[in-house]
Amino acid sequence: MRFLETFFNGTVIAKYTPDIIVAMGITLALSVAIIISGIVFGAVLAGLRSFQVRPLTLLIVLFADLMRALPPLVVILILFFGLPSVGLLMPDWLVLYLVLSLVLAAFAEEIFWAGLTAVTRGQWEAGRATGLSFTQVLTNIAFPQAWRMGIPPLVNRALAITKMTALGSVIGVKEILSVASSAQSFSGSATPLTMAAVAYMLIFIPAVIASRWIERRFHYKT
Amino acid sequence: MDAFIDTFFNIDIMRQAFPLLMKGAWITLQLCAFVIILGLLGGLALALAAVSPRGWLRWSAVIYIDFFRALPPLVLLIFVYSGLPFAGINLSPFVAVIVAFLLNNSSYFAEVFRAGINSIPKGQTEAARATGLSPAQTMTYVVLPQAVRNVLPDLLSNTVEVVKLTSLASVVSLSELLYSANMARSVTYNSSPLVLAALLYLAVLWPLVRVVSRYQRGLAVH
Amino acid sequence: MNARRYMLEVRGLGKTFGETEVLKAIDLNVSEGELVFIIGPSGSGKSTMLRCCNRLEEPTSGAILIDNARITDIPRRDLDRMRLNVGMVFQGFHLYPHMSVIKNVILAQIKALKRPADEARQRGMELLDQVGLGHKADAMPSELSGGQQQRVAIARALALDPKVMLFDEPTSALDPELVGSVLKVMKDLRDKGMTMLVVSHEMAFAREAADRVVFMDGGYVVEAGTPDEIFGNPKSDRLKSFLSRVSGGAH
Repeated sequence: MRFLETFFNGTVIAKYTPDIIVAMGITLALSVAIIISGIVFGAVLAGLRSFQVRPLTLLIVLFADLMRALPPLVVILILFFGLPSVGLLMPDWLVLYLVLSLVLAAFAEEIFWAGLTAVTRGQWEAGRATGLSFTQVLTNIAFPQAWRMGIPPLVNRALAITKMTALGSVIGVKEILSVASSAQSFSGSATPLTMAAVAYMLIFIPAVIASRWIERRFHYKT
Repeated sequence: MDAFIDTFFNIDIMRQAFPLLMKGAWITLQLCAFVIILGLLGGLALALAAVSPRGWLRWSAVIYIDFFRALPPLVLLIFVYSGLPFAGINLSPFVAVIVAFLLNNSSYFAEVFRAGINSIPKGQTEAARATGLSPAQTMTYVVLPQAVRNVLPDLLSNTVEVVKLTSLASVVSLSELLYSANMARSVTYNSSPLVLAALLYLAVLWPLVRVVSRYQRGLAVH
Repeated sequence: MNARRYMLEVRGLGKTFGETEVLKAIDLNVSEGELVFIIGPSGSGKSTMLRCCNRLEEPTSGAILIDNARITDIPRRDLDRMRLNVGMVFQGFHLYPHMSVIKNVILAQIKALKRPADEARQRGMELLDQVGLGHKADAMPSELSGGQQQRVAIARALALDPKVMLFDEPTSALDPELVGSVLKVMKDLRDKGMTMLVVSHEMAFAREAADRVVFMDGGYVVEAGTPDEIFGNPKSDRLKSFLSRVSGGAH
């Protein structure tokens, strides 16, 4: 049973469980913060885009394209190593939070915008014909429908991006992977890595199952 | 402003780093080829298992898919690269990256294929079976071709994600594009090589991201 | 009838889309409490004319007056207030699918008319009862038949107490057996004295309920008169050939 001893060493588990639990808290807190700010910012961008002011639209599309096309780790490293040189000192967790929020915002903007363009012309006309203003139709009629259509892809994207909090280990954020990696080199055992995997499972398996349920639940009926 | 340009867009340093980055880009390209092709094949196989009438096969596929969707790819990579040697399995960085990302990506591709297969109405299968085609023939000639066409945008956007994902290989010292850029950064104490790497990623991925956007919009209007 | 004042006046209305001239100097008056029916082949500009009356479509030339106010002079940013006076019912219903029936009817009352919520609700229920759907107030639009959805759409427009109601082919998207319930609501509305302009192919209904019928073709008003004149004694060849083409399905 060398296998068990290597990956499930009881002494190592007992020793590092408290650290891993603290790290889980950090991963969770970062994830929640990223999801909230990413989705809110993405919704604001999609809303602004619907006003069809050309320079503004171009800026939004440029932002969304860049953040969707660039590997997040590249952006994280550029900010982490570059910003101090221009006199901006940011703690490692803030860089991680900022980059992943922006990436989620870019995807959320595209999802909301696709939803807004899918709201039929008739819905807009019905709203405007009853005397509602453009902004009122946008917030009361178009956005709620775009939101519903967007929930399944949004949930999947939010999950994929919050899992990227593991990238924090590269710049020293004390999240699960980072804590497990240093525990692994201290203890000379692979067990902390197993613990990290289990910790992620505890967080994300329920999330993945919930996302399946949401996908079925929000299948839009008209 | 000068400090900004000198930190992020130093042309001299970019020029010096360019040959090294091109070597890295070549490794990235090889990684992409392996992971994308194997991921597509593995994903298709998993998707077929996940829609199989055999309960045990279906459930194993779903558990596999959910398990690897819940685990952050970087955690998986570290586990394969630093964890397996404890069990006497030593993989080169290149192979470790391919194994880890294949496990991860085949799950994502499987989800896409499965959604595509489920999008084909039952009537298609019934019509094919009624004309004497076997279940396998029905899947190959009737269901899959339509399914793949329905999910082409999702396959493409997943492929973009795979290319971005390969940047994580830098964490296990595989000298792909991002690793080479980060190497150049640490030698020159300047972030411009990272920006150059970002530009290289953009050159390939930006057009793809545009296509994905265009595609999704086209489908959204009804 | 001339003693009554005009509620809707269309004067020399023209509309071009790019190169195509869809409306060519249309003149049309609707008196208070009158039901005017517009008939004509598809592509004759009927719907475009109707949509100009609340400026969902911008007229290229001419003027439109609602209750003696020139709505064609209103700057774009003030259109919302004008539209409260003009109710519109669409061919495709366009109920908001994410809101219950009663919320559909309340939304613009609160947001555009600034009515207090309880008052809006009360008025909404009144109108849902009037169209025979009080019991469906909390249903979602997807749970209603097409005819029921269209009646809710009528209630939604009426809730703003408009001076004129515009109907753009209100029964064209309905299964034949559901048409009657919508026409009945329209007839009740007419009997209550609502001013109505209706684009529709329901010739039998036009005969029975319209005060006047207007025949449009090729962007012109070709002929106008009482239902008896239009259906019983058509003068122009174009109207005659149109009537002979549609008469197969009219009765």
